[in-house]
Amino acid sequence: MSIIIKNINKSFNQVIAVNDVSFEVKKGELFGLIGPDGAGKTTIFRILTTLLFADKGFAKVAGFDVIKDYKKIRSNVGYMPGRFSLYQDLTVEENLTFFATIFGTTIEENYDLIKDIYIQIEPFKNRRAGKLSGGMKQKLALSCALIHKPKVLFLDEPTTGVDPVSRKEFWEMLKRLQQKGITILVSTPYMDEAALCDRIALIQNGKILQIDDPKEIVKHFPTTIYDIKANNIYKLLLALKEYKHSYSVYPFGEFVHYTDKRDAFDTKELFQFLKDKGLNNIIIQPTETTIEDTFMELAK
Amino acid sequence: MIETNVIQVENLTKKFGDFIAVNAITFEVKRGEIFGFLGANGAGKTTAMKMLIGISSPTSGNAKVADFDVFTNSEDIKKNIGYMSQKFALYDDLTVKENITFFGGIYGLSRKKIEEKRQLLVEELGLQNIVNELVGSLPLGWKQKIAFSVALLHEPKIVFLDEPTGGVDPITRRQFWEMIYKASNNGTTVFVTTHYMDEAEYCDRVSIMVEGKIEALDTPKKLKEKFKVNSMNDVFLKLARNIE
Ligand SMILES: Nc1ncnc2c1ncn2[C@@H]1O[C@H](COP(=O)(O)OP(=O)(O)OP(=O)(O)O)[C@@H](O)[C@H]1O
Ligand SMILES: [Mg+2]
Repeated sequence: MSIIIKNINKSFNQVIAVNDVSFEVKKGELFGLIGPDGAGKTTIFRILTTLLFADKGFAKVAGFDVIKDYKKIRSNVGYMPGRFSLYQDLTVEENLTFFATIFGTTIEENYDLIKDIYIQIEPFKNRRAGKLSGGMKQKLALSCALIHKPKVLFLDEPTTGVDPVSRKEFWEMLKRLQQKGITILVSTPYMDEAALCDRIALIQNGKILQIDDPKEIVKHFPTTIYDIKANNIYKLLLALKEYKHSYSVYPFGEFVHYTDKRDAFDTKELFQFLKDKGLNNIIIQPTETTIEDTFMELAK
Repeated sequence: MIETNVIQVENLTKKFGDFIAVNAITFEVKRGEIFGFLGANGAGKTTAMKMLIGISSPTSGNAKVADFDVFTNSEDIKKNIGYMSQKFALYDDLTVKENITFFGGIYGLSRKKIEEKRQLLVEELGLQNIVNELVGSLPLGWKQKIAFSVALLHEPKIVFLDEPTGGVDPITRRQFWEMIYKASNNGTTVFVTTHYMDEAEYCDRVSIMVEGKIEALDTPKKLKEKFKVNSMNDVFLKLARNIE
């Protein structure tokens, strides 16, 4: 096991941030922590990277105890905190060199590891980090977390602010890192990314709700979801929320995802209801459940 | 008057030294529209937005926002628009209530008006239990929803939102978009950037910037047809890849 966390508790003043959390991550596994803001994800990251002590419980990373062997953990893991951890007044290259140097390595030595992402900001290597765009900063921060070739990588919302193309490349890169035996614990607000993890833990209010393969998690969804579309999304949303049998109503890209309170339900009746509300071009059709639906249901 | 443009941009350009961050962009935004301003990282979205709200002066080109010229009337623009920045939205070390009072003051609202607006906002967002909490202690999604309402305090004609839902969880993100719909329904023009491609679908029209230039601009439906794909995500991937 690369990460072991057992019965960890942590409170701040009266607020319980992490409530009796236990899980294990295998060597080379890509494990996702998925939960809403304030669910306790960052606190878990901080405990595992030895920046914070748990009140209770026990945790090991790469075979080292987070309390007794904290120094060893620090040299064996890479951590990318959600908030930028860059030196704004150093250039891109200086930031990277700085991180390489404190871990006793060089950019050249591990260039291979960071190449896919770093190459996109390399043309701007003489620019100060403070002048990079939001997403470019994320890419630099990730390169910095990787430059010493860590055994375990902790990524707290690494792709927030990163554009769709780069996000795709980023996940391809994570898969390659994984093949090199690096264990990765990642949190993300993007549910399409959750689907790319080997296993995910859904977490809310400091408690783990479920741990499983993303494909399995989707299967637990209790009912059928319908894709609904009409000529005016805003009016459609209001109308669906008003419908007396509606259980959940969420905008979902081109469609609205709708579930009904009843087990069996006749879409014709809903169709008529929407029509009476003055909506046109109405489409109602069953659709597949996504992780995002499952997550929203659990977090409801 | 069938459709009036509230934003009109012509060859707008911004250079930093030799580097062209925004390269002669031309477009217009109609009154009441939800306009999605998309693009890859570093494409120049934030830079362009800063010029439109009158806090950064263009190197060349023309732009009118709410009928005011960005070169000569930037002060008038600031009074007529709301803005949520990518990095900073509210003061973490002030309470929710204090933030509302502070920004209301900046926008020149009377005390009475601020009080009125505050009550409305507390009611609408269900903030009863947190008005006296420090903003810094709230989850990101809450902050963003409050920041949006604060940007609307002075009832601006146009509101500029720079990645308002970045890092926000799926439920809160949707609540945020319902607020956008509502504002738009009330006649406010919404100019918004996002990296969530499902959100691109919620816009009336979107533009996609690549390396300082607008490479595509249309309704999501037409863009998908044009690029022969099923999702905005694929439109984005195609555009950004073909350029390389
Ligand atoms: N003050 C500045 N000096 C030099 N370069 C700058 C400055 N501000 C922005 N840039 C550069 O201009 C380019 C566009 O940046 P901008 O912040 O507008 O991108 P963006 O489209 O908002 O990206 P993101 O999606 O990552 O937020 C980037 O290469 C950035 O580094
Ligand atoms: Mg930006």
